[in-house]
Amino acid sequence: MAKRIVILGGGTGGTLTANRLRRSFFEEDAEVIVVDQNDDHVYQPGLLFVPFGLARADELVRPRHDQLHKGIRFHQVPIDRVDIKEDQVFLADGTVLGYDVLIVASGSRLEADETEGLTGPGWRENVFTFYDLAGAAALHDALEAFDGGKVVVNVVDLPIKCPVAPLEFCFLADWYFGQRGIRDKVDLSYVTPLDGAFTKPVASRRLAGLLEEKGVSLITEFNTGEVDGAGGRLISYDEREILFDLAVIVPLHSGATYVSNSPGLGDELGFVAVDEHTLQAVAKENIFAIGDAAGVPTSKAGSVTHFEGEVLVENVRRFLAGEPLDATYDGHANCFIETGFGKALLIDFNYDTEPLPGHFPTSVGLPLLKESRLNHLGKLMFQSLYWHSLLPGRDLPGMGSAMPRRGKVTSGVR
Amino acid sequence: MPTAIYAGVNVTVNDEGFFEIPDEWTEAMAPEIARAEGIDGLTEPHWQVIKFMRAEYAEKGTGPTVRILGKTSGVSIKELYQLFPKGPAKEAAKIAGIPKPRGCI
Repeated sequence: MAKRIVILGGGTGGTLTANRLRRSFFEEDAEVIVVDQNDDHVYQPGLLFVPFGLARADELVRPRHDQLHKGIRFHQVPIDRVDIKEDQVFLADGTVLGYDVLIVASGSRLEADETEGLTGPGWRENVFTFYDLAGAAALHDALEAFDGGKVVVNVVDLPIKCPVAPLEFCFLADWYFGQRGIRDKVDLSYVTPLDGAFTKPVASRRLAGLLEEKGVSLITEFNTGEVDGAGGRLISYDEREILFDLAVIVPLHSGATYVSNSPGLGDELGFVAVDEHTLQAVAKENIFAIGDAAGVPTSKAGSVTHFEGEVLVENVRRFLAGEPLDATYDGHANCFIETGFGKALLIDFNYDTEPLPGHFPTSVGLPLLKESRLNHLGKLMFQSLYWHSLLPGRDLPGMGSAMPRRGKVTSGVR
Repeated sequence: MPTAIYAGVNVTVNDEGFFEIPDEWTEAMAPEIARAEGIDGLTEPHWQVIKFMRAEYAEKGTGPTVRILGKTSGVSIKELYQLFPKGPAKEAAKIAGIPKPRGCI
């Protein structure tokens, strides 16, 4: 009898996993089912460009079911909860789906309401986020109407999707206001709960240097407790205040609601604890998680999800065959950081190796941790690769799952 | 590795003063570490947080973030900042004798 593999979430992780699984198994051996509450697949890396008029919100969305290959069933319905003891998923329409293997790929959710005042007076007037489509589009209108004043970009707390995106927003804002000839009328600051511009030391120093070069003030160890839109103030828990005319906030993130409603499945924030090398859930051996939904100590990013996909699919095969799992996912992440003026930086790292300078993937490749036009073109090209190579579950040219060590300068870097 | 003396005992700490070996910590040391942090007199709510930090560390291998403390310790984030003004996650971790919380990436 065919085994049933149920994938919760039809975003980056769910789609590429479903397509890879479909290729790995004959239909008579495994049934692949994807469940998602809606049919809108958003190209999330594009959200950053919408506020600056460099992308249009409607161009970033395609139907989820169109990205799934033949032989994959797509259910469009909200997920209520999972019973991990009985191996069953309860859907909002009353359907109960039994499974042999469950893959949690439902990403993360913005929790703007968890921060006092954030969605109160001023929300979408002088307080915005670009982390969803509607917010990015609303911010575009607000930026067009903005003619000077204090702009703050604030990350409330980690984890967040794409931890470099708020920095990229600052770099692009510097470029954007310059293009409009009002850069001297805009006071830009980046406000973070971290003790530096980024989590990892070498990249943190380089990125802090870039902020300084572009005239963006860096305010660290600021834990936002309240956003007062009417008064134009960010207020920290230790009662510091930062004034703004326009605030761009990255809200708190959690896992999908159904994860928190499923006893034993998620952690305090609704992410699924997994073995960081096999992606098998700590909760039960027939559950796996991929992408933003997984609680692993690396960035929540599309590249991570892509690299995880290869290991995950192999492990689902091994699990069903009763073989020992492959523990080779190394935390590999690879991110283009748009810096404005048609340039970008590239960082490449894993659990053990922080982002370092050098070249990727070998010594003749793209420059790492250094602004270049080539990296910007790489970032632009990625949108097409996303729909045509990454989601179909193909390996990208010259890029394996494991982080390449060749090309990186590993000693004497400060 | 630097050391510090609390309650008359030599312990290993990192250069920011966080314990490297949580087993070297005893309850008797907490008031002294707290005083060095500017907290005079540990109250019952302080102890509630300190015990919670140690239990979380024992279970998960890292101290909780402020957000998780607020969700799960039974003390609200505002109260946590009143108890540990320099930042609850770090300051309470130091007083509870566990390594600096890794935080998130």
